[in-house]
Amino acid sequence: MKNRVIFLMVAVALILASCGGGGSQAGKQKQVTLSAAGATFPQPFYNLAFKKYNEAGGPLINYGGIGSGGGIKSLRDQIVDFAATDAFLSDAELAEMPGNVVHIPTCIGAVVIAFNLPGVTELKLTPELLEGIFLGNIKMWNDPKLLAVNPGLVMPDMEITVVYRSDGSGTTHIFSDYMSKVSPVWNAQLGTGKALNWPAGIGAKGNPGVAGTLSQTQGSIGYIGFEYAFAQKIPMARLMNSAGFYIEPTLDSFSAAAASEMPEDTRVMITNSSNPAAYPITSFTWIILYSDLAYGNHSREAAEATVNTVKWLTGEEAQAIATSVHYASLPQNAALQAATLLKGITYQGEPILK
Amino acid sequence: MSGDRITKALLFISSLTILLLGAGIVISLFGGAIPAFREFGLKFIVSPAWNPTTGSEEYGALSFIAGTVITSILALIICIPMAFSTSLFIAEYYNGTRTSSILRSLVDLLAGIPSIVYGFWGFYALRPLLVATGLSDQGFGVFTASLVLAIMIVPYATSLSAEIISMVPAELKEAAYSLGATRREVIFSVVIPSARSGIIASFILALGRALGETMAVTMLIGNANVIPKGLFAPGNTMASVIANQFGEASGLKLSALIAVGLLLFLITALVNALGKLIIKRFA
Repeated sequence: MKNRVIFLMVAVALILASCGGGGSQAGKQKQVTLSAAGATFPQPFYNLAFKKYNEAGGPLINYGGIGSGGGIKSLRDQIVDFAATDAFLSDAELAEMPGNVVHIPTCIGAVVIAFNLPGVTELKLTPELLEGIFLGNIKMWNDPKLLAVNPGLVMPDMEITVVYRSDGSGTTHIFSDYMSKVSPVWNAQLGTGKALNWPAGIGAKGNPGVAGTLSQTQGSIGYIGFEYAFAQKIPMARLMNSAGFYIEPTLDSFSAAAASEMPEDTRVMITNSSNPAAYPITSFTWIILYSDLAYGNHSREAAEATVNTVKWLTGEEAQAIATSVHYASLPQNAALQAATLLKGITYQGEPILK
Repeated sequence: MSGDRITKALLFISSLTILLLGAGIVISLFGGAIPAFREFGLKFIVSPAWNPTTGSEEYGALSFIAGTVITSILALIICIPMAFSTSLFIAEYYNGTRTSSILRSLVDLLAGIPSIVYGFWGFYALRPLLVATGLSDQGFGVFTASLVLAIMIVPYATSLSAEIISMVPAELKEAAYSLGATRREVIFSVVIPSARSGIIASFILALGRALGETMAVTMLIGNANVIPKGLFAPGNTMASVIANQFGEASGLKLSALIAVGLLLFLITALVNALGKLIIKRFA
């Protein structure tokens, strides 16, 4: 008995000692580790960018794609270095934060209308048709209203299956923000939000869930992040924008949407842009962080790494990575605005970037 | 002996921890659900409304209670013939043979398959089949979810029923045989009546499993937050709506989801208690 206890104690001591050793070795490399959490919409971009930044000598960044709401909560609880969100914080949400929060746009994402119809790869849709389909009033693919906008297309006599996000999501927020702008009926019935009271269709979890359901279900239509439809090669509809043109979803038509006036704090929704070349359902996605990074037990090192990471993310190199994974890069005015905002970020009152 | 005392203390501490954890879960569920119940009162349980839009927020759990109860009961109904006949086969007809032991392990294997794998199977294999039969347009809905749920709970009902059937005293069966009863008569007049309560209890415990299943259901039920309009219409269950909407929920919606969790906890506890009661009463 006694021997066994002694043996156990020695074993535990050895294990503890070996752990301690590992810890101090990691310390010697002086690698800063940052933690971040938030939106899944830009996650493919962030994952790749953070990995490349780390390989180039930058900090190790753990990004948890837990959703915009979760990211905001984590930042409020001060358990992350920065967070990411698809929906900018409202004035009320900003007031609830324990410190002053800054929004930095990092790229532009688009929500596309993807569909699965046997024999049909091109489809044109107007705001009225979107309203009719997603509110469940246009039920069949060969509805005369659909045929009127798509002359010459042979539409199957098939029921329309609407697919929406069953989880709360920034994608839903962007789509419903657009729909509320263009359709008073939508605005009154569903409004804008991360989750809605859908009158028709079926829900699938996450962008990958919607993509899978669309590609597996004939006669389905749904809204989804562009990169997911692109990756799964699901056909996407051209949408009529506010100038009356049918616009194909491309990185150029997404960027065109953002080329208008930008408020100082970058909190703006760019859906239904007035630019005649713009695709109508696009949005910035933001990194949010405190304007003074000396909170909790936040070190100066971590603060510097945070600001440098975000600065790099809005710079040319990272923006090229964004384009490679099918997000549109920041237009010049937004990039300049981001740089100005980052210069204002302080640690104990001192600016971090010189 | 001090060793005995240490063991006793360790065991005491670990069982106390379980008890405290269980109590903690119930307390935090109650605490989290208070805002929703304060806002909606008992209407929360009987209202099918689920509108998360800011400004006109309104939450009721009835759609999810309906979805959970309908899919679970339907799963149970589909499960009964499969599990019942398999358990008879294993424990009575082929008891002690190699066939029986192979089948028994296969059934147990079914219990070990992660629910996401059942979900995938339902999504990629079962759903197209349902669409091909013309029963459903897109294959999502209450029936698809129930079918997969039924297969998931078969192993629980089967192993427990088989255990109970094999516990029927041999003397009883031999007495019946000596009176000239056929095998079928022995099974239906002796084995089943004496194992009845145990078999019923095993199905009630399987029902308890079906009530809480999340992942496979969420992949197949269509996640429409309404009372299902038919067998092939989409709906949603309590566990599934929590898994779906928890991530982005805050404020009143978060509280409403926790309240749904509390209701699910109560329903499951009730069903399990009922199963235990039946076992105790008749065993």
